[in-house]
Amino acid sequence: MLSRTADHLFWMSRYTERAENTARLLDVNYQTSLLPQSAARAEAGWRGLLSISELRPAYAAHYGDTVVPRDVMDFMVKDEKNPSSIVSCLRNARENGRAVRGTLTTEVWETQNQTYLEVVRMLRNGDFERDPGQFFEWVKFRSHLSRGVTLGTMLQDEAFHFLRLGTFLERADNTARLVDVKFHAAQNEFPGKPVVKTQEVDFYHWSAILRSVSGFEVYRKVYRDVIKPERVAELLILRPDMPRSLLGCLNEVMSNLALVTSDPASETQRRAGKLRSDLQYARIDEILATGLHAFLTQFLDRVNELGAHISREFLMPAAH
Amino acid sequence: MSRPMFDEMNASASSVRGHYQDYQRWLARQSADVMQARRAEAEMIFRRVGITFAVYGAKDEDGSGTERLIPFDLIPRIIPAHEWGGMEKGLVQRVTALNRFIHDIYHDQEILKAGIIPSDQIFQNAQFRPEMMGVDVPGNIYSHISGVDIVRAPNAQGEGEYYVLEDNLRVPSGVSYMLEDRKMMMRLFPELFSQNRVAPVEHYPDLLLETLRDMAPPATNEPTVVVLTPGMYNSAYFEHAFLAQQMGVELVEGQDLFVKDNFVYMRTTRGPRRVDVIYRRVDDDYLDPLAFKPTSTLGCAGLLNVYRSGNVAICNAIGTGVADDKSIYPYVPKMIEFYLGEKPILKNVPTYMCRNPDDLKYTLANLKDLVVKEVHGAGGYGMLVGPASTKAEIEDFRAALLANPSGYIAQPTLSLSTCPTYVESGIAPRHIDLRPFVLSGKTVQMVPGGLTRVALKDGSLVVNSSQGGGTKDTWILEDDTPVPVAAAVALAQSQLQSQSQSQSSSALEPALNLSAEGV
Repeated sequence: MLSRTADHLFWMSRYTERAENTARLLDVNYQTSLLPQSAARAEAGWRGLLSISELRPAYAAHYGDTVVPRDVMDFMVKDEKNPSSIVSCLRNARENGRAVRGTLTTEVWETQNQTYLEVVRMLRNGDFERDPGQFFEWVKFRSHLSRGVTLGTMLQDEAFHFLRLGTFLERADNTARLVDVKFHAAQNEFPGKPVVKTQEVDFYHWSAILRSVSGFEVYRKVYRDVIKPERVAELLILRPDMPRSLLGCLNEVMSNLALVTSDPASETQRRAGKLRSDLQYARIDEILATGLHAFLTQFLDRVNELGAHISREFLMPAAH
Repeated sequence: MSRPMFDEMNASASSVRGHYQDYQRWLARQSADVMQARRAEAEMIFRRVGITFAVYGAKDEDGSGTERLIPFDLIPRIIPAHEWGGMEKGLVQRVTALNRFIHDIYHDQEILKAGIIPSDQIFQNAQFRPEMMGVDVPGNIYSHISGVDIVRAPNAQGEGEYYVLEDNLRVPSGVSYMLEDRKMMMRLFPELFSQNRVAPVEHYPDLLLETLRDMAPPATNEPTVVVLTPGMYNSAYFEHAFLAQQMGVELVEGQDLFVKDNFVYMRTTRGPRRVDVIYRRVDDDYLDPLAFKPTSTLGCAGLLNVYRSGNVAICNAIGTGVADDKSIYPYVPKMIEFYLGEKPILKNVPTYMCRNPDDLKYTLANLKDLVVKEVHGAGGYGMLVGPASTKAEIEDFRAALLANPSGYIAQPTLSLSTCPTYVESGIAPRHIDLRPFVLSGKTVQMVPGGLTRVALKDGSLVVNSSQGGGTKDTWILEDDTPVPVAAAVALAQSQLQSQSQSQSSSALEPALNLSAEGV
C-alpha cells in the first residue's frame, strides 16, 4: 500500500476517534453541570476540559481568560479555528477519507462523507444549541457507525490495520488525558488526603467519568462494588477487556502493528511492546503510590513517540 | 431573427420522435410531485456519495461550503442505435487517424512533407513536444483515452446533423459522470430500464483497464497500473479516485512516485514497488520537473527519461496536445484521407483559417455572424462570438485579428440541438452536447453513448458547470427500425453559413471544467 494512503487512513480514524472522545468529554461535563454544584467546581470542570486537550491558550486567545461554559462548548464543538473541535475533526476525517476514497469501501466513505455533511447542516440549523446532549449522542453514534461499517465491509488487509491502528492509538491518548484531568480535579478525594466531599458528590463525579467512557455498567459488572476511585483508575488503565482502557488499546495497537510490519526487529514494534508490557504487569496500587499524574504524563509521551515512529516507519518514509 | 431549432425529443409541438415515444408516454404518467421528489433524492445521493467538484475561492450562499454538485437532469438524452452505429464508426475512424497523425508528427512527418499541413502549424505549437521526437510508444498509440465532443445542429431541411466540435486528446474527463448518471437513473427509475432496451455502459472501467494493460512494457507479465492525480483539490479528483477504485488500481500523486535505475517506483508501506503503466490525469507541463515546468510538484522527477527508455507507459502519451489544438482541428478530415484512405464519416464544423487570405476576407466581412477563436486559446479567452457582441467589441476584435491573422480561426455559430430538461418552471428545451469516450489499445473500442452535457439556462449554449451546466444520462436505444447508417451521419458540407443564430457553440469548450484539467 502507498505510504501516503496509509497515512490518510491512519489519520482518518484518529480524527473520527478524537471527535467521539471530545463529544464524550463535553457530554459528561454538560451532564454534570446540570447537577447542583458550586460555581467554582463547575468552572474547574470546564477549565480541566480545555487542559485535557491542551487548548487553554487557544481558547484564551479567542474568548478571553474567563472560562464561560457556553463559550467552551462552542469552542470545542463548532469553532473551525480550533483544530480539535468536533466539526474540525469530522472535517479532517472526511478530507483524509476523500484523499483515499478508492481504498475505502463505498460504505465507509459514504459514512465519513455523510457525517461531515450532516454535522455542518446540524450546526447551521442550531441543533446543537437546541439539545447538546442529543448532539453528543449523535457524534458518538456516527463514530460507532464508522467503526462498525469498517469492520463490516472492509477487507482485513493493510488498509484495515492502519485504520484500526489510528483508532486505538488515538483512544489510548484520549483515555489517558481524561483519567489524568479527572483525577487531578478530584485529587482532594484521593486516598491519603482528607476526605472533604460527601459520598454523594463522589458518586456523581466518578460515575460521570465512567459514563463518559461507557464504563458505568462495566464497572458494576466487573467489581460489583460501590464506585471507588482506585477501582475506576484500574478499570480505565489496566483492564485488558475494557475496550477503552489503556491496556485494551495497547493490545489492539500491538496486534495491528504486527500485521503491517514486515521487519520483526522494528523499533516501532519494540516500543509498542514495551509500553504494552509495562501496563500488562503493572498494579494500580503501585501506580497510585508513585503518582498517577506522573504515570499518565509519561504514558502520553510514550504514546506520542510511538505515533512518531509509526509515521517514520510506514507513513512518511524518507525518500528512497 | 429566424432560429432553426432541432429538438431531440419533439419533432414539432405536437409530435414526438419515434425513439422517444415510449419514454414520453411514461413521462406523461408521472406526477410533478413524484418527479420533484426524485430530483431531491438524486441530489441527496450525489452529495452523500461525494460526487462534487471543489470550487476554491468560492463560497455557497450560506458561506459554508465550496463544493458544488454538477446538476443532474432526470430526462435522458436518447439516441437511436442506428444513429449511434454511424457515430461509433466515425469515432473509431477519427481517433485512429489522430493517433496515426501524432505518431507521424513525432517520426517521419509524412503529412508535412506531403504539404497537407504547413510545418509551422506544428513546430510553432506550444503543445508540440520535441522531447518526443523518435520515441517509440507501445502500439504506436498516443491518445488512449479520447473525448470527442459532438454537437448536433439542424441543416436547411431542419434535420439534425452531427458535427465534431473538438477532439480532447490530453486528459479528457467526465466519464465518471456518465457512469454515475446511469447508476442514478437505474436507481431512481428501474422500471424504465426493464421497459426500454438501453445499451449498458457499466463495463467502461473494464475496457479502460484492458486498454491500459495493453500498453505495459513488454516482458511485464502482471503489470502494475496506477492512476496519477494532481490531488484531492483538483476539480476532477472524484473521477480520478472513482476510476482507480473501479479498476482496482492505486491512485497515486506525484509525491508517491520516484525514479531509480531508470524505472518508476511508488513508495509503499512495504518498500518501493515498480510501476508499469501510468494513467495520468496531470498535464504534460507538470509531469516531470526535470523536463518540463521545474516548479511542478505534481509530477515525478526523471519520468520522461524512463518513458523514453520504454520502461513505463504513460497514458495518454506526452505530446498528444499537438493534435487537439484548434489550429489542427480543421485538418482532421484531411488526415483521415491521408492516413486511412477513407472518406471522413463524422463532419467537422466548417472552419475558416484566417491565415488563408480568402478565409480572412470572408471572416472580416462576416464578423457579426461568426465565432472567431484564438488558435492556442483555451477556456473561452481570446474569442469573439459575433452575434452576441456589440459593435465596439467586434471592431476591437477586428483590429486584433488583422494584427495576427494566423492566430485565429472562424466558424459559423451553430444552433445546438435541444432536449427537454427540468427547469424551475417545469420542463423546457435546453441545449446539449455529447462527449463519447474512445479507448485505443490493441483495438479501438468504447461503450455506447457518452456524457451528455446540458446548458440549464434558457437560450444558453454554455454547459460549463459554473454557469449552470448539468448532465443527463445518455441512452443508446436498440430499435428495430432498419434505417441506413448514412442518414444519421451524412456527409454533405452544410449550409450552416447561411444560418444566423444568437450564440456560439464554441462556448461549450470549457464545459464542466471537463475539457481542461485544472492544475
